[in-house]
Amino acid sequence: MADEDDDLILSELPDEELVPQMHDDLYDGLRDEVVEGVEILLERGWTPYRVLTEALVAGMTVVGNDFRDGILFVPEVLLAANAMKAGMGILKPLLAETGAPRMGKMVIGTVKGDIHDIGKNLVSMMMEGAGFEVVDLGINTDVDRYLAALDAEQPDILGMSALLTTTMPYMKVVIDTLAEKGIREDYIVLVGGAPLNEEFGRAIGADAYCRDAAVAVETAKAHVARKHNQAVAG
Amino acid sequence: MTAPDDRALTEAGLAPGGRGRVLVIACGALAHEILALKRANGWNHLDLACLPAIWHNHPERIAPGLREAVGRHRAGYGTILVAYADCGTGGALARTCAELGVEMIEGPHCYAFFDGLDAFAARAEDELTAFYLTDFLARQFDAFVWRPLGLDRHPDLIEAYFGNYDRLVYLAQTEDPALDARARDCAARLGLAYERRPTGYGDLARFLAARA
Repeated sequence: MADEDDDLILSELPDEELVPQMHDDLYDGLRDEVVEGVEILLERGWTPYRVLTEALVAGMTVVGNDFRDGILFVPEVLLAANAMKAGMGILKPLLAETGAPRMGKMVIGTVKGDIHDIGKNLVSMMMEGAGFEVVDLGINTDVDRYLAALDAEQPDILGMSALLTTTMPYMKVVIDTLAEKGIREDYIVLVGGAPLNEEFGRAIGADAYCRDAAVAVETAKAHVARKHNQAVAG
Repeated sequence: MTAPDDRALTEAGLAPGGRGRVLVIACGALAHEILALKRANGWNHLDLACLPAIWHNHPERIAPGLREAVGRHRAGYGTILVAYADCGTGGALARTCAELGVEMIEGPHCYAFFDGLDAFAARAEDELTAFYLTDFLARQFDAFVWRPLGLDRHPDLIEAYFGNYDRLVYLAQTEDPALDARARDCAARLGLAYERRPTGYGDLARFLAARA
């Protein structure tokens, strides 16, 4: 995207030019430039939450849309995600201090037998960017670890990810166990991963299948809002 | 039949020779192995057609591609066999084969049927962190792994893709020191420990022998 401004000095750009430039840098996976942009905006008195949403999340949304539309591919998305992660590394402690809005809490993990975590990590990052607290259980997560985390963290959402057709059925094992224990309805269950689809999500009893990280964020927001409204009404 | 070119097998597959009463429709990554079995066993009644091996990276294309191939070739053969396992299709290939009345190989993928389904399943937990290559994939590592993952342009992404793996297991169909060296090099490029496991043709040979 930005290839003509090799000697661009970010600190000399006004905010209205710096932010779109950061979106370009994020798109191009330029980690150092994104970090520099975050630091400049903070120095200029932007709140961490505003930097996160307007500079990083907005930029990553463009990346996500272009991935969905087949314009960008996984390597480019990973580079952009690494750049965003570096920017978020600066913002995260500040967000806690400055009382950024909290959307809810999610426990997430790649299911038992599966060590693929690229998609899960993207979802975790975008959920954090959207204001969710995320407890990431990592890879190869068995039902006992999911249950222990749900009990300890009391999240709004359980997220499960799988890349393999051989491991995705394990999601049903987890959901069935929740049902057996009578706690299925205590959580919003979102599932995702390359071989999954909506039909599979419905068949195993998840609340929703999420095609990508952006959809996961929007789905999580909608379900949390619905749950909140039901609680208020009930 | 002369040995087909790996690049053609990857991108285009292989057209059948047009002779024989049994047609095997296979993944292009199995062409050399099936032709070797045909030669070794004198299966002159067996013909081979291959779908593009690169569909390994696009499993959603396999079932529709197979349906089209069976439709195209059915009239010319008494029997059609499908040399695929599930191969990431999530059961779609099995459903398609059942609908078309053709037999396919059991198991999740070619790693499992080369190794032998039972042996592979028994090792599954211990080898959760293993990345597999076969003879074909060792030869075509750049086309199937390195370039599609963007590692030719961004080798720093190796950690993101392979950080949870600890070893590369080369399931060797043949005794070939050059391929062994190549697979070892693939492991080194990915920063993984290396193991070579001779499998021969495993359940592929048993599947064909029982039906050919």
